[in-house]
Amino acid sequence: MSEHNLNFMPTEGFRARAKDVVENPFLRQSFRGAMDFLITKRAAQFPSPEELETLRTLGEQIRQYNLGKLPALLLQLEENLTRNGIQVHWAETPDEANAIILGICKAHSAKLMVKGKSMVSEEIELNHACEAAGIDAMESDMGEYIVQLAGEKPSHIIMPAIHKTKEEIARLFNEKVPGVDYTDNVDELIQIGRRVLREKFLVADIGLSGVNMAVAETGTLCLVENEGNGRLSTTAPPVHIAITGIEKVVEKLAHVPPLLSLLTRSATGQNISTYFNMISGPRKPGEKDGPTEVHLVLLDNGRTQAYADEQLRKTLQCIRCGACMNHCPVYTRIGGHAYGTTYPGPIGKIISPHLLGLEATANMASASSMCGACGEVCPVKIPIPELLMRLREESYSAPHANPAMRGQGAGYSRLVTSIWRGWAAVYRSPALYGAVTWLGSRFRWLMPAKQGGWTSVRVPLKPAPKRLRDMLRERG
Amino acid sequence: MNARDRILAKLNAAPVLPKADPDVASWYETHRNQESTADKASRFRSCIELAHAEVYAVTQASWLQKLWEVLTAKQIAKLLVAPGTAHGQRAINELSPSDVECRAYDVPIEDWKTEMFRDIPASLTSARCAIAETGTLVLWPDADEPRLMSLVPPVHIVLLDAATIHNTFYEVMQREGWANGLPTNALLISGPSKTADIQVTLAYGAHGPKELVVLLIGDEA
Repeated sequence: MSEHNLNFMPTEGFRARAKDVVENPFLRQSFRGAMDFLITKRAAQFPSPEELETLRTLGEQIRQYNLGKLPALLLQLEENLTRNGIQVHWAETPDEANAIILGICKAHSAKLMVKGKSMVSEEIELNHACEAAGIDAMESDMGEYIVQLAGEKPSHIIMPAIHKTKEEIARLFNEKVPGVDYTDNVDELIQIGRRVLREKFLVADIGLSGVNMAVAETGTLCLVENEGNGRLSTTAPPVHIAITGIEKVVEKLAHVPPLLSLLTRSATGQNISTYFNMISGPRKPGEKDGPTEVHLVLLDNGRTQAYADEQLRKTLQCIRCGACMNHCPVYTRIGGHAYGTTYPGPIGKIISPHLLGLEATANMASASSMCGACGEVCPVKIPIPELLMRLREESYSAPHANPAMRGQGAGYSRLVTSIWRGWAAVYRSPALYGAVTWLGSRFRWLMPAKQGGWTSVRVPLKPAPKRLRDMLRERG
Repeated sequence: MNARDRILAKLNAAPVLPKADPDVASWYETHRNQESTADKASRFRSCIELAHAEVYAVTQASWLQKLWEVLTAKQIAKLLVAPGTAHGQRAINELSPSDVECRAYDVPIEDWKTEMFRDIPASLTSARCAIAETGTLVLWPDADEPRLMSLVPPVHIVLLDAATIHNTFYEVMQREGWANGLPTNALLISGPSKTADIQVTLAYGAHGPKELVVLLIGDEA
């Protein structure tokens, strides 16, 4: 694709992956169908626009209030968790988080870890770290299990295997699970997964999970799920390790019900998930089950960078419902893998630059039509389109001192910037605009047939033979 | 400085943007009107039935008969019960003469984990209360009625007193003073385990119970 000399989107990996999906009718149908399903289900959960609006405002207020007190709340959370017998660890980087988790595994001579769904564990690539340390890390969420069995990564934060058809999963189980015949009956496929994973829950040494909300005043970890694998991961093994980003803390228990309601209704269109699991400590003396040790790993990984800037801080309001990707015309067409980041879609575009630096994500914010759907459906009113504009600015402006973001200016190109500067100058001055358009209409035949990224999928741009102002003048 | 100090230092260096404590209480006040026990029970029932749970209206006197009928209909011959609870004792006393064996959860899980995972077809627990708005059972597992009882057996049968049904989750935690102290594990359960992870096709019995049966105790059956 060497004709893309203007480099509007130089991340060749992104282009190639996006192209693969766009040209694959089966994948297109998988995503389109699933997203339409989720959009419809969400809409049915919010029959009253007034209730939706007041609840979203409440959700936004709750998240902003808690972010406003974040350092104090983290300390309060730590104090109350510790009082409840939950051990708290802090990690600045993915490497530190992995080292903490592997250290706990080692202390228990662990061989098998079962994992409830955790996007933060994906973010730190825990499965790789475990593999390198000789620990078998087994995903237990049905979607995650399928994706792991296929050697892939989740393509959606809520529905990880949404890119796969049941026939593909049937072939995968037939190939990879011993003693399983081909069946594309969904109930039977789920029962196969259940059988395999039950045996793992029975013998696992460590259960790992994410956290949807951590309540500071009571020292409670809250988990939202439908399958029961989250409860099994946090209840059956002798040790439970939870990992979460530092932004997930809320001060009060009373903050939980509105966020839970917004989360499940926005994510999957359920009025509530099957399970809401609130963990406030390991097994107490006299209790007959539950882990005897519970750990929480608090991860920074770039979140403090977003926190430092008033506008970018809004990124941290996110409760990870996935509604923004479900409603995104770009995500629906290119799927979750094209982005090449743990978090895809609109939320991925605004959070990934903090996790990975703009050097690696300079163009993500440009993969947007700016239609605004993501901001409109966000249950906590994150102004995603506004943040995308800000990230474009951070990425494409000339590098300067004391940038708000790591990798600021990574997408800067002197050529592109001067072209836009010229464009701006022309549009600011009526005389110059008149002269340039006059020249354009006379010398339109000089326009090249190949115009960089534009002509890769479109016909060449050519000025009209007559300008609008000329035509108006002729009409009198 | 360790990671904790560095993270806190970065957060503390950021601008302080204080916001008012959101008024959750007044949102809920306008959100849902007060309802009678019967109204709440019927709303609870229709919601949890939509989520594929079976609900039977029973009385304090009749629930054991219904329990036996349910077990017989499902051809379940063994029931996990909590011997330290009143309802568990009643089940042991009154079901034992029948063909249903009551297995007591009376020792730590380590001593019988394999049996729990492989040989227990059903369990009986109570619910602490319930939520009408979402059709949700609230369980506080404890030393007598441990956590795994409501999770591992493929059929979970729950006793619920209709008088304990609240309107919303918020109302439950406010009325019961949850902020003053929570058990090691508090659970909201709103149906049998399920997943839509394969081609958004809904399937029940993912990892937890495949069936959830609610014996709803009211004044009359």
